[in-house]
Amino acid sequence: MLKTFPKGGVHPPENKLSANKKIEILPVPKQVSVPVSQHIGVPAKVTVNKKDVVKVGQIIAESGGFISANIHSPVSGTVFKIDEVTDTSGYKRQSVIINVNDDEWDEKIDRSEELIKDFDISSEEIIKKIQNAGIVGLGGATFPTHVKLMPPKGTKPEVLIINGVECEPYLTSDHILMLEKGEEMLVGIQILMKALKVDKAYIGIENNKPDAITHLTKLVKFYKGIVVTPVKVQYPQGGEKQLIKAVINREVPSGGLPIAVGAVVHNVGTAYAVYEAVQKNKPLFERVVTITGKSVKNPGNYLVRFGTAVSDLIEAAGGVPKNTGKIISGGPMMGKALNTTDVPVAKGTSGILIMPEEESKRRVIKPCIRCAKCVDVCPMGLEPFLLMTFGEKAMHKSMEKEDVLDCIECGSCSYACPSDRPILDYIRLGKNRVGAVIRARSTK
Amino acid sequence: MSKLIVSPSPHQLGSNSVKKLMYGVLFALIPTLFVSVFFFGLGAIIVILSAVISSVLFEYLITKFILKRESTVMDGSAALTGLLLAFNLPSNLPIWLVIIGAFVAIGIGKMSFGGLGNNPFNPALVGRVFLLISWPVQMTTWPKPSPFTEKMLGYTDVTTGATPLGQLAETMRNGESMSSLGEKVPDYMQMLIGNMGGSFGEIAGFALIIGLIYMLMKKIITWHIPVSIIGSVAIFTGILWLADPVNFADPLFHILTGGILLGAIFMATDYVTSPMSKRGMIIYGIGIGVLTIVIRIWGAFPEGVSFAILIMNALVPLINMYLKPKRFGEKVKKLK
Ligand code: SF4
Ligand code: SF4
Repeated sequence: MLKTFPKGGVHPPENKLSANKKIEILPVPKQVSVPVSQHIGVPAKVTVNKKDVVKVGQIIAESGGFISANIHSPVSGTVFKIDEVTDTSGYKRQSVIINVNDDEWDEKIDRSEELIKDFDISSEEIIKKIQNAGIVGLGGATFPTHVKLMPPKGTKPEVLIINGVECEPYLTSDHILMLEKGEEMLVGIQILMKALKVDKAYIGIENNKPDAITHLTKLVKFYKGIVVTPVKVQYPQGGEKQLIKAVINREVPSGGLPIAVGAVVHNVGTAYAVYEAVQKNKPLFERVVTITGKSVKNPGNYLVRFGTAVSDLIEAAGGVPKNTGKIISGGPMMGKALNTTDVPVAKGTSGILIMPEEESKRRVIKPCIRCAKCVDVCPMGLEPFLLMTFGEKAMHKSMEKEDVLDCIECGSCSYACPSDRPILDYIRLGKNRVGAVIRARSTK
Repeated sequence: MSKLIVSPSPHQLGSNSVKKLMYGVLFALIPTLFVSVFFFGLGAIIVILSAVISSVLFEYLITKFILKRESTVMDGSAALTGLLLAFNLPSNLPIWLVIIGAFVAIGIGKMSFGGLGNNPFNPALVGRVFLLISWPVQMTTWPKPSPFTEKMLGYTDVTTGATPLGQLAETMRNGESMSSLGEKVPDYMQMLIGNMGGSFGEIAGFALIIGLIYMLMKKIITWHIPVSIIGSVAIFTGILWLADPVNFADPLFHILTGGILLGAIFMATDYVTSPMSKRGMIIYGIGIGVLTIVIRIWGAFPEGVSFAILIMNALVPLINMYLKPKRFGEKVKKLK
């Protein structure tokens, strides 16, 4: 029996259209807009001025606090201006706009393809390097990686879990990375293990990627302490709490962090970025992005410099198809719909999904027939229909009591509802309200 | 480029719909429909048609002229209520009574609460119990099944006889032993295929079970409610029977007769009126099973499934309040 999480989940059509497309390098654009906030936490502080000349990999904005991350220039050229630019979240953010000139890299970066396996540095130095390189969780959460490597007092990491699940339909960037950069990734995992002082790491991969499972299983023989764990294809297998339960059978308590059960989870892309930062001195300024959709001419996986406009990426895949209704940053289950393609690719952009108009429209909402399908599929054991009802009536106290904050916003409830009710919309609203109320309470 | 649509996630929805689910249940009832027509002939056809047509019509008229909103009849739920009502009636019931039953089911049982999703009680059972209380004689005069005879073409003029459960009640009333009951009722094989008296949809044990398997496979319902009802009936009557086999009928007799299977598979599993959590479903099922047997053995009616389901329907809000699904990370909850 394949490992999986104990309750709930759905199985949307996988649609991995770009699964066997090799990583291609997207040409550097003429101009990039690099937001200073590409992570969760405090925005970085800009350290360059207009007209400054920058090189690829040079720092342009410095981490603004503990939970924050450095931002490096993805291109070489001249700073054109510092201005507010709309990013993929739909908000205007301070950004450094750079006019590209040539492609000159910082000398410290090792640009060779050679695999460097050995490392001999302390945990503290590793964490420092990762922090300097501006690495954040590349699975989409963009939580600064160094913070997760420094567990709070009184907790002790026991295992590292590497998330190679990629349970979102359509997306393939993690998949292709595991195939093409498997070895580098394993070195990265060993570096992370050393940073955390653990001797065991599991790579969880959904069973719909047998090639990646075989490939890595073959390789891990040469890497002590790393095990590949195939998991069942079931959405949201890649949810942090779900994956921990599936792989090591421990349940993160409600309101708790993975470290409460001795686990730390990092994404496969993050592990690769760690390799590059520690072994090659290369900070995080580009990533693999999937561009996909049923109507897209050439779905594929591209290595994209941050700050490149989403429209450039779409152009490379054959342009915006006729009949496009929606363009999503991320996957269909948890991604964000864009209102323009004139937004920059950033650290959290795992994919761009184009949906035809007929699939983009919301369906007509029908009354709840109390079929309990939403309860069945909720991986957190919540009662989505009830939270929705409370949400409609703005009964936030009741929502809090019914554990609305445990919701991981996976969307399984809305997906499964036969009445097409926008359950998650109400839950999200409620979560925000309840979160605000709790914050207000604690400052009193 | 035309304007992009922006809405929150998820951007993809499943292929399920209310219509699909309701038609799925209707489809699961087809074997039962054939068996009932096979044993009760024209009468069954007349009752089914009048119940389904009048239910759909009442729902249409009420949504259109009283509630003045878009009609919902196409979702199949009214037809389903009509069919389930019909299956709970004797095949010789006069049309006008069937129509009254459909009116009470749809008008009072469902639409007066605001339509599908809001009714606390199973509408078909509301209709049936109303008829049972108001016209007890017509509602408990059961035609004898008569396949392959010219009686198949009869309707209100067919021969009638007691149901196995009626026989059981009488046997118990007269203080006779269960072995004398065995001589009066069909054997279990006959019961399983449906050759016995009763509401014409409840007799077809085998066909009902096929329907159950279909619904489980299609994930229309889960096993929790049917299994807990049938299981608790088996255990409860099993204990009584083992303690005193002379005065109590065995579990198989109880499960195959009356409305246990129809009730457990199709009536108690009604989405709207059953609990939301798995734990709740099991308690609800056990409640129905136990109440049914209590009514059958100690109550005034030979059959108790309808009442048991309606009573448990009333308790569903309470069940939902106290029997929550198991939360993820619950065991270690009190960290905060
Ligand atoms: S899935 Fe939809 S219709 Fe079913 S109980 Fe939940 S909200 Fe109601
Ligand atoms: S309530 Fe939250 S966690 Fe549960 S299914 Fe819905 S979105 Fe997912």
